[in-house]
Amino acid sequence: MCLAIPMKLIEVQGARGIVALGGIRKEIMLTLTPDARIGDYVIIHAGYAIEILNEEEAEQTLDLLREISEKPTDGTAD
Amino acid sequence: MDNRVITLSHGAGGEAMRRLIKELFVKQFSNPLLNPLADAAILKLNQERLAFTTDSYVVKPLEFPGGNIGKLAVCGTINDLAVMGARPLYLSAGFILEEGFPTLALERIVDSMSQTARTAQVEIVTGDTKVVPRGECDGIFINTAGLGICPLGHGLSEIPTTQGDAVVISGTIGEHGIAILAAREGLMLKTTIESDCAALNDLIASVLKESKGVKWMRDPTRGGLAAALTELAESQECDILIREVSIPVQDGVKAVCELLGFEPLHLANEGKVVMVVEPGEAERVVELLRRHPLGHAAAIIGRITGHGKGMVRLETEAGGVRRLHQPAGELLPRIC
Amino acid sequence: MEPLTDFRNAHIVRQIAREITRVGLDRRVQLMEVCGGHTAAIYRHALHDLLPPGVKLISGPGCPVCVTANDFLDRAISISMLPDVTIATFGDLIRVPGSTRSLADMRARGADVRVFYSSADSLEWARAHPERTVIFLGIGFETTACTLAATLAEAVHTKMKNFRLLSALKTMPEALRVLFTAPGAQVDGLILPGHVTTIVGWDAFEFIAREFSIPCVVSGFEPVDLMETILMLCHQVAEKRASIENQYRRVVRKQGNIRAQELIREMFEPCDMSWRGLGVIPGSGLKLRTMYSQSDAASIPVEVEPSQEDSACRCGDVLRGRIHPTECALFGTVCTPDTPRGACMVSAEGACSAVYHFSSDHHGQ
Repeated sequence: MCLAIPMKLIEVQGARGIVALGGIRKEIMLTLTPDARIGDYVIIHAGYAIEILNEEEAEQTLDLLREISEKPTDGTAD
Repeated sequence: MDNRVITLSHGAGGEAMRRLIKELFVKQFSNPLLNPLADAAILKLNQERLAFTTDSYVVKPLEFPGGNIGKLAVCGTINDLAVMGARPLYLSAGFILEEGFPTLALERIVDSMSQTARTAQVEIVTGDTKVVPRGECDGIFINTAGLGICPLGHGLSEIPTTQGDAVVISGTIGEHGIAILAAREGLMLKTTIESDCAALNDLIASVLKESKGVKWMRDPTRGGLAAALTELAESQECDILIREVSIPVQDGVKAVCELLGFEPLHLANEGKVVMVVEPGEAERVVELLRRHPLGHAAAIIGRITGHGKGMVRLETEAGGVRRLHQPAGELLPRIC
Repeated sequence: MEPLTDFRNAHIVRQIAREITRVGLDRRVQLMEVCGGHTAAIYRHALHDLLPPGVKLISGPGCPVCVTANDFLDRAISISMLPDVTIATFGDLIRVPGSTRSLADMRARGADVRVFYSSADSLEWARAHPERTVIFLGIGFETTACTLAATLAEAVHTKMKNFRLLSALKTMPEALRVLFTAPGAQVDGLILPGHVTTIVGWDAFEFIAREFSIPCVVSGFEPVDLMETILMLCHQVAEKRASIENQYRRVVRKQGNIRAQELIREMFEPCDMSWRGLGVIPGSGLKLRTMYSQSDAASIPVEVEPSQEDSACRCGDVLRGRIHPTECALFGTVCTPDTPRGACMVSAEGACSAVYHFSSDHHGQ
């Protein structure tokens, strides 16, 4: 229901910020994520950052999934 | 739903517009030259085949990154001729101007038209000028009609596609649609994306000169690649399979689409051509396109898989296969 | 790390699909998602295609546009006809039919209806046009509610006199309770809305596992997320467990976004709200607190035509997961995205729209 995507925070001006993705930049509101820092990925919904992406968790999730995807295909169920 | 007035959906290039055209204009004007509803009508005059087309330009804003309404008016009509396999020769230019429209802006637009036409080696040979009172048109509206000659002796849309034919795009998609949207107020987006607005006659001629494998062409303007392919599928009752990973899209276009909930396949292009090519010639056509500056990102994006229901299907990035339909209604940013 | 594309990797998706087939399920399972974003993602990436035949996905009441009953739009339409009023809305609402007309129809007749990507942008517009009264149409769940709370707080703080909210904001937990209490679709597992949970945390949904013994997993929105979620749910079903797990670990925290919750509480209070398909659910809506009544558009005196729901439209059943969109007699024939009879067909995240646009199902032609 809530279209929201991760974008990188590149500038902070009080409650406003500028995020970037793929060469585009957009001004957004940081009212809901007062702890966001430049360099963080923030989740943007309707012009507001609603959460900060935890990159460590993201990497861990990807690592876990890569492990699953490297399992032998003829193997037994786990 | 109230159908007694025209709404913006009727002009958006999708389902509503097609229905309006079919159920009103074609129904009333019906004749064998009009009915194929190709990008241009192919007329027989003595021994020659001529291509004839027209388009009106109401784009807003009038000037945008990569072009303006004038450049668009020249390129759009040239391209409608070129994708029929015709060599564009002459254009008409009709202007409807709003009282109070700045002459400096008009000069920029006309200068653009003149340069674009000259580079494309097409002449603007007749025209018209009207001025309406303030408030009765949005600055400037332009209509261009174009005449071209078909060197092949026939229009390209007459060649049927067959199973195995390749679908080729001449470059990255979605830039014009995004450039226009970003230039409008209300979106507040900073992007370097420029409209791909360009005359394609030279690009297309360079391919047709060296290869006989091209069977069908279209410039995917309003409604994007999705509209062009679904129209092909319907008109020829052929089934098409496109691979999402093969479709060239600039990162910036992808990013805006993700942010606002658009599909690159639905966005307008003004400097791209999609072609159906015999399987044996597909690689060669891509190579020929890539040699030209306007075709450097050309790629094979799918195949004709057979004849039957006239369906376009898309194999997604994630690997599943889904149906590709005509975009419906008006493009709007999505939040929820 | 690429936050989007890494989670779309087709190879990983295929491998997870393989893992799903290896889970020892002794029967067919139906998993429900209750988030328009999930509906759209599943269809857009054609994930149904990749699942084994014994695992079915169904859509619930997750599209905020779809679950908003006609009277909200009818009121917005009436307000749009008042002098000097500008209706500010998210794009999703423009073509949704009310009882007789849509906002797009009103715009075609001269009403000032403007689409904004963000309520913050509409506030700026209102600031630049003090002669207009801007009425923002507030649809959405908690994810959107917190952004509207922030915008309204700013409006109040800067003493804006020409900006008001017409709220149809809804909260999920109570609706899910009603959904699972009434007999309806068989739901063996629940895909929890990732962004709503980002805001409210997952404790709010814990009752679903405890009281209804339905396994729940909070899910992200990329193909890899949804597939991992489905795998986690299938494991719970096979192991006869019912608990809440979090797949969207990189974003969702157990307690949610505290600041966002605070802002919602500051500006709004719960109220009864009508949900298409579910009826009136006590405490499932949000309205502006009385002290902010000058920013509330609900009190604007206006004549609203008596709302009628289309009796042939089966959006209600679709929203409860009782029927698949193709089982509605109007689907694809009378009801299409260009001639929608109900919200589920015109909303970009409605189940009917998703099936129509993206499915291989040969729709009503």
